[in-house]
Amino acid sequence: MNRRVLAASAAATVFALALSGCVAKADLADAISVAITDDGCAVAVDTANAGAVTFALENTGTDVNEFEILADDQLRIVGEKENVTPGQKVDFVAQLEPGDYYTACKFQQVGAPVGLAAFTVTGEASEVSADEQRLSDQAVTEYLAYVRSQASELLPLVEQLAAAYAVGDDAAARELFATTRVPYERIEPTAEAFGDLDPKIDFREVDAVADGIDWTGFHRIEKDLWPPAQGDLNSDGQDAFLDWAPSTPEERRAYADGLVEDVTQLHELVTADDFSVSLSDISNGAIALLDEVAAGKITGEEDWWSGTDLFDFQANVQGAYVAFGAVRALAESKGDEGTELAAEIDAQFTSLNEALAAYGSLDEGFVDYAELTDADKKALSDQVNALAEPLSQLTSTILGV
Amino acid sequence: MTEPAAPGQPGPHDASPNRVSRRQLLGLFGAGAAGAAVGAAAGAGVAVAATGADAGTGAAAAAYPFHGAHQAGIVTPAQDRLHFATFDVSTTLDRDGLVGLLQDWTDAAARLAQGLEVSEDGAVGGSDYAPPADTGEALGLPASGLTITFGFGPTLFEAGGIDRFGIAARRPAELTALPRFQGDALQPERGGGDLCIQACADDPQVAVHAIRNLSRIAFGRASLRWSQLGFGRTSSTSTSQQTPRNLFGFKDGTANVKAEETKDVAEHVWVAASDEPAWLAGGSYLVARRIRMIIENWDRVQLGEQEMLVGRSKGSGAPLSGGTEFTEPDFEAEGPTGTPLIDPASHVRLAHPTGNGGARMLRRGYNFVDGNDELGRLDAGLFFLSFQRSPEQFITVQRSLAADGLNEYLKHVGSAIFAVPGGIRPGEHVGQALFA
Repeated sequence: MNRRVLAASAAATVFALALSGCVAKADLADAISVAITDDGCAVAVDTANAGAVTFALENTGTDVNEFEILADDQLRIVGEKENVTPGQKVDFVAQLEPGDYYTACKFQQVGAPVGLAAFTVTGEASEVSADEQRLSDQAVTEYLAYVRSQASELLPLVEQLAAAYAVGDDAAARELFATTRVPYERIEPTAEAFGDLDPKIDFREVDAVADGIDWTGFHRIEKDLWPPAQGDLNSDGQDAFLDWAPSTPEERRAYADGLVEDVTQLHELVTADDFSVSLSDISNGAIALLDEVAAGKITGEEDWWSGTDLFDFQANVQGAYVAFGAVRALAESKGDEGTELAAEIDAQFTSLNEALAAYGSLDEGFVDYAELTDADKKALSDQVNALAEPLSQLTSTILGV
Repeated sequence: MTEPAAPGQPGPHDASPNRVSRRQLLGLFGAGAAGAAVGAAAGAGVAVAATGADAGTGAAAAAYPFHGAHQAGIVTPAQDRLHFATFDVSTTLDRDGLVGLLQDWTDAAARLAQGLEVSEDGAVGGSDYAPPADTGEALGLPASGLTITFGFGPTLFEAGGIDRFGIAARRPAELTALPRFQGDALQPERGGGDLCIQACADDPQVAVHAIRNLSRIAFGRASLRWSQLGFGRTSSTSTSQQTPRNLFGFKDGTANVKAEETKDVAEHVWVAASDEPAWLAGGSYLVARRIRMIIENWDRVQLGEQEMLVGRSKGSGAPLSGGTEFTEPDFEAEGPTGTPLIDPASHVRLAHPTGNGGARMLRRGYNFVDGNDELGRLDAGLFFLSFQRSPEQFITVQRSLAADGLNEYLKHVGSAIFAVPGGIRPGEHVGQALFA
């Protein structure tokens, strides 16, 4: 489809609840200018009509910045434009349904939002056909229920893990570590939508150091449970003991409590009555989970000290499959192309699950990732590529644009 | 042949008979009229040779026809850059799936060779909600003389005793793994492959774009096994080209089979209709060898010894028996003390057709430097590519080279062989006759 057709059809067919990106090149005369400075985020107006809303960003500050549109809970990121460099002017289009939002910037892309301001979208929700609406509602209902069930599963598991770790029962904690992460890895993209929650829960040491935030969460615990030997290197090639020492009992208590607190907050957020997800959140979530696998798990960088990457791998794949399943009927409603795509994705999920099954299961446990040869990893990587390629078309297909 | 084509028009055709001979060409150079008289018909190579300029403006605009009697990228004047890749076909693919892949590759390659994007929507013409069909790094770049050449490895026909695609019986008898040679230090991860793609262009970005997009098309059907970048051609495949130098600093490929020598090309490069199997008629056999050069040691060798080992003068490329670059070496010639002017163990002597039952091949190799090894030596060498009517031609010469004094500075670390099907007609896919 060419850009012109895309622009014409977008208004009629995009029915994502809150979809961001660069679709529907709206009339630039209507663009809302956003003046980004190091300590400010001045949005020219505070209302807009529902649909594709264009923000004309200009960063006159001294360092890279980020523009965000937050939901009315000021937590969920509905749309964001990252990496706005000093001096850069760039347009950012968000597909916004009627409702209350907040705009904000994030200097150097970390820390608290700067210049948080209310932003109201008025007008009619975009029209969609009744049948599509039904399939769409069904997808959202299904996936929401899944996210909530996983968050509910996660909390007691984390409490057990944290308790064992805090009292120094390392054997029990090591036993619990991989399986506790499973519900989290299944719904990770949802957690990532809550701004700073995922970094607190799931950042690897090298991410936290690079971002200049305190390192907490699962992987902090992991390194205490599988401590490095002298001379070991971290995944970024630095000495494992650089700026790190085994946690004291007091620190262990703090990290354990912190993780329980953060996961409790995640649980509260996703089970809140007003929490929802959009169709594109779901299908992009499936794509993002496969990206997670391709980027972090296949290289063994995720669970650097424990070697439990295959648990995460399997959980990511399961989460992606559920997300795909939620929008599958909608994809199939888009004609032969959608039906073929869905069949192809389904077949590739099956192949990937079969390939993973050679190394264990979530119930029986998986082999240490270090036991896989390069050839084993390549075979898995090939299968991830085989699935990720058709899956990357899913959002476009279900949105019909 | 001598009618100049407009800039940007498809000019040179690798299969054109009656190319300007070297003698004519040299004459033209002498008259200072090479560019105008030879024009675009003889192509990029002429422009480069005539001006000595880097392949730039004129060369980059060249586009070679994808379809023809033979695949492009063999007798096509050797471009400056290479990206070579081999692939293993997924164990889940059946015969129809393989044919589907070859069809998709052929369609994409035909577009890329014209300087087009991999599909109509391309890098920026598709949906904003889907990944772009084309990866985009060649946007705005001309065809840059891109040729894409496909080959089939022995394991495509049969692997581990399994005839995956119902073509085992059609495997050319000569398409088997190469024998072991002196100097082999093969790394399995740099050898073999069910399929290969040779992408050559005058712009490295264009060659890489081709391999990248063809790899992407294959995801789930075939996966990249190994690949190699080459940054400077080490052979001339046309008399219109100057002889380039390899990383030993010597002219390489002086005695190569050249496109203009149509009789020699027919005799030494193309599988004839009378050869077996019939589906390979118009094709060739491709041998690929990643030859590591221990250049740090070589650079400590005295000039006289370097020339003795090669058998040619380092400056002019002339054989040590005298003359100029293109003078035939005289292996009988002796110096005042009665010793042969060309050492019997020299590379030129051992590789020469006279000592190898007349065996010649069309070499199309490239220099490579892939960073360095753990000892701090450049991981450099020659990525040897040769096309021949029968693998026996390569085997004969390589066996002769067992005594080559250069071997002290060489290690063969990668090896592969492929049957390269004949030319592709519009509407066909590569190797269609194999599956007919």
